[in-house]
Amino acid sequence: MKSFTYERPSTPAEAAAAVARNGQAKFIAGGTNLLDLMKLQIETPRHLVDVNGLGLDAVEPTDDGGLRIGALVRNTDLAAHPRVRRDYGVLARALLAGASGQLRNKATTAGNLLQRTRCPYFYDTAQACNKRQPGSGCSALDGVSRQLAVIGGSAACIATHPGDMAVAMRVLDATVETVDDAGAARKIPIAAFHRLPGDDPSRDTNLKPGELITAVTLPKPVPGTHIYRKVRDRASYAYALVSVAAILGKDGSGHVAFGGVAHKPWRVEAAEADLPQGARAVTQKVFADAEPTHENAYKLKLAERTLGAALNQARA
Amino acid sequence: MVGATAPAASERTDAPILAQVTFTVNGQRRDLELDTRTSLLDAAREHLHLTGSKKGCDHGQCGACTMIVDGRRINACLTLAIMHQGAEIITIEGLGQPDHLHPMQAAFVRHDGYQCGYCTPGQICSGVAVLAEIKAGIPSHVTADLEAAPQVTEAEIRERMSGNICRCGAYSNIVEAMTEVAGARA
Repeated sequence: MKSFTYERPSTPAEAAAAVARNGQAKFIAGGTNLLDLMKLQIETPRHLVDVNGLGLDAVEPTDDGGLRIGALVRNTDLAAHPRVRRDYGVLARALLAGASGQLRNKATTAGNLLQRTRCPYFYDTAQACNKRQPGSGCSALDGVSRQLAVIGGSAACIATHPGDMAVAMRVLDATVETVDDAGAARKIPIAAFHRLPGDDPSRDTNLKPGELITAVTLPKPVPGTHIYRKVRDRASYAYALVSVAAILGKDGSGHVAFGGVAHKPWRVEAAEADLPQGARAVTQKVFADAEPTHENAYKLKLAERTLGAALNQARA
Repeated sequence: MVGATAPAASERTDAPILAQVTFTVNGQRRDLELDTRTSLLDAAREHLHLTGSKKGCDHGQCGACTMIVDGRRINACLTLAIMHQGAEIITIEGLGQPDHLHPMQAAFVRHDGYQCGYCTPGQICSGVAVLAEIKAGIPSHVTADLEAAPQVTEAEIRERMSGNICRCGAYSNIVEAMTEVAGARA
């Protein structure tokens, strides 16, 4: 690990300014992903700004009947929160499907949104990776791509967003709240928060340098059965091959987002009107522009079947 | 604001940058001056000579380093010691000692919940915390009803312990030990 200086500011604007003025600085909250990457020298910050002293750890009702989740609320606490369990089951289920108990105790809401891909070529510093080292190429394109993106990728990158929580937040139409180094607040719809790789896979999100997430807000609850189905290589503590976050009525109508298939949670709202007709009608539209590799084409059928299982669950 | 400052040449030489931290480990106050890079696990093992917590993968995948920090189990390998100013840390040494075992340690012995023993300190710290989490009503991936209180079942224990790997495969005996401590039947 490269050596680094460390500070623990006491206000969000102070924290944002500390990162904005130092191009080699990073925020650290739970640290469960960042320290993993620092040990491998995939991330090499020379200054860490510890945000754990900022508060930002409350879950509060909003005036319009929704919920405001502080950036530093731990994954365990968010999944266990009575309002989340009652009104946003898809979010509780997604959180509980992710990582391990130890990691959820540390991992934060904001940090979960910012976790980096687990593409094996991103993690292997001997391989070409445009996300890790811009311009070096992408070893995944002709490599082992079984777990990688089937849609929204580019000639530069086919990494996936690895998280579960963000997929649920996408189907819930969450909003990410931030503050910048000048103290200015901004609200980013979750759909516009994560980027597609395009020709600059090094950037996972549309955050500006030093912009600090302060909260995630959820609109008022959407009625229906809240479902998060995750298909993975083992029963627990593994990343999704495909996941489905859905809020569905008895007739199958509702909303759905997919995880494990793209560089960001994947949702095509225009396809949701077809939900009562069954999974196939929806996934044909959602994945119409898919460009899978030979190794990961199975994800298209898997996405259809996983959505089918969610529809069966909602209709039962 | 607290902070650590760099020697002038650190940008080029990668010289260690030191910071102070004070926390409580197993009830005892500890004041340390550490390289900012020091994980909580390395602070315990290398600086405090508490070698019960093990370094397996050092990447949060195996759980051998599990400690209970401010009442919660965490991977001590994936957190910096200097981030724990004022924290209350419990390691396997603080749970019990050979002459006064914690009930979970005694149950692991009784049920043969290990073979080589390398993962055992992490398994036991995790096991103690898992029963507390169930008691506190925290749901898991296998909890059928999110709004009901979770129960101590084999499925709940297995899911909640998935962050602790045992390469010897003592899992079924670990489940028995935890079940006994919880006062429930497997």
